[in-house]
Amino acid sequence: MIVEANTVRFDSLSLDGGARLAPVDVAYETYGRLNERKTNAILVLHAFSGDAHAAGISHETGKPGWWDNMIGPGKGFDTDRYFVICANVLGGCRGTTGPSSVSPDTGCPFAMSFPVITIGDMVRLQKMLIDWFGIGRLLAVTGGSMGGMQALKWAVDYPEQVVTAIPIASTTRHSAQQIAFNEVGRQAIMADPDWNGGNYYGKQPPARGLAVARMVGHITYMSDESMREKFGRRLRDKETFSFGFDVDFEVESYLRYRGSQFVNRFDANSYLYITKAMDYFDLTDGQGTLGAVLERARARFLVISFSSDWLYPSYQSQEMVRALRSRNRDVAYVELQSNYGHDSFLVDVAEQAELVRGFLASTFEKAQ
Amino acid sequence: MKKSFVRELLGRSDYAIIGEIVEPDTRVLDLGCGDGELLGWLAAKKGVDARGLELSGARVRQAIARGVSVHQGDINDGLADYPDLAFDYVILSQTLQETQRPRELLRDMLRVGRRAIVAFPNFGHWRVRSSMMFSGRAPRAPRFPYEWYDSPNIHVLTVLDFEELIALEKLVVERRFFLSGHRKIKVMPNLLAEEAVFLVRKP
Repeated sequence: MIVEANTVRFDSLSLDGGARLAPVDVAYETYGRLNERKTNAILVLHAFSGDAHAAGISHETGKPGWWDNMIGPGKGFDTDRYFVICANVLGGCRGTTGPSSVSPDTGCPFAMSFPVITIGDMVRLQKMLIDWFGIGRLLAVTGGSMGGMQALKWAVDYPEQVVTAIPIASTTRHSAQQIAFNEVGRQAIMADPDWNGGNYYGKQPPARGLAVARMVGHITYMSDESMREKFGRRLRDKETFSFGFDVDFEVESYLRYRGSQFVNRFDANSYLYITKAMDYFDLTDGQGTLGAVLERARARFLVISFSSDWLYPSYQSQEMVRALRSRNRDVAYVELQSNYGHDSFLVDVAEQAELVRGFLASTFEKAQ
Repeated sequence: MKKSFVRELLGRSDYAIIGEIVEPDTRVLDLGCGDGELLGWLAAKKGVDARGLELSGARVRQAIARGVSVHQGDINDGLADYPDLAFDYVILSQTLQETQRPRELLRDMLRVGRRAIVAFPNFGHWRVRSSMMFSGRAPRAPRFPYEWYDSPNIHVLTVLDFEELIALEKLVVERRFFLSGHRKIKVMPNLLAEEAVFLVRKP
């Protein structure tokens, strides 16, 4: 399945922070076919560093999508039956308007003049895209991690438009620990002299700071057990310690590699803006109880968490499920056993795919 | 019709009775719902809004994969998260004798549901009695197959015991069924029934 990225431009978008962006571009990809009654559309929402390329082989880069193991013919999100849409989030750097986009006022990249954005802003822009497709109701909104936050926001902000919501390895609000890790990443970027107050476009980007931020991120995405299995204390291309500060251990080599790779595909300012949007995220917005907010939702929920995920631990999913149950909302929940930590929803997908396939099929058949 | 219940539900006679009791298009919560077989059947055949609670992750997965909204959790943690009268029926099938606080659970079931359907194996059945009588050991019978040290049954009860609890709680029994295999028992249920199914509500 060779897929191409598309971009659509909207006139303007009002933001929760009071600012207004005009115009706004959204990069998206689609897989499968929209049926005549437009009842088989699924909106897939990517995590922090993802993009619109969720599935298939990119026409441009030749690379598979970030959830290619979940989306495709016969897979969890079966593209023989459903029409799947994935868009790059607002604030991103992969085709949708973000801090690296050119500001129409100055003709230069926004950099830090880009307005601060929220998960709600991301969702409002996605809603414009879905309206543009002429889709009245989405069969499902789904995603892992930050994608799950967007799915929850969709379900409470547009209750009549969401048939099922599938938040995976996610939360209704960022915890102190989650905010703390994001802050370490941001500080690493801003401490890099090349960051230069955000004005590095056309110059040397803050590659070292961004790489360190990514290294921290990767540690939080894995688990103690998966790191032990993957690296242990193995040394990298050597028999004995170097007694220096070059790479000795496999795990050091891996983190450095992932850090340096990330710099090639991700914008440091997008890192700042998107992590901030996650940190601000609280489904209740500090108003009333979680139950009262989730009561607005009309969707059927499938909530999934992973046993070894310590970044978005199961208790956060259980809190969401309890609130849904307290308002008698239709919710299925399971904690899947996996050793892969937060990354489980991306890499250990066999059981997740089976759940999603059955859950969607039963809802889709009922709705027809 | 009754026979087809039995065939479709893999010979679980308590399921057949529950299928008979539950009215169409109602809201049903099944506690300890296993792989969601009964709920899936009730949703497909009776159009019920089916929800379930199950401890085993593997069974929850099977239930969700068949499209039933099941939540992984422990009955012994109580039903506090569910609002009052959220369901028309709350089902507890073959599980009462395994729960830590059966009396509190029964009360909770009738808080969140208008009616409770309780199915349990009868510890008063003659096979159980004779097993104890003649072997002098913790009794074993087809419905009580476990060694005493690995049995999940911590609150075994007889038909009479349950009737007594119902009276104590001042509940109303709307229907009661007694079964031996797939046969309905009409006389001396406490001695002849392997299994009992009660439909109860508050007065």
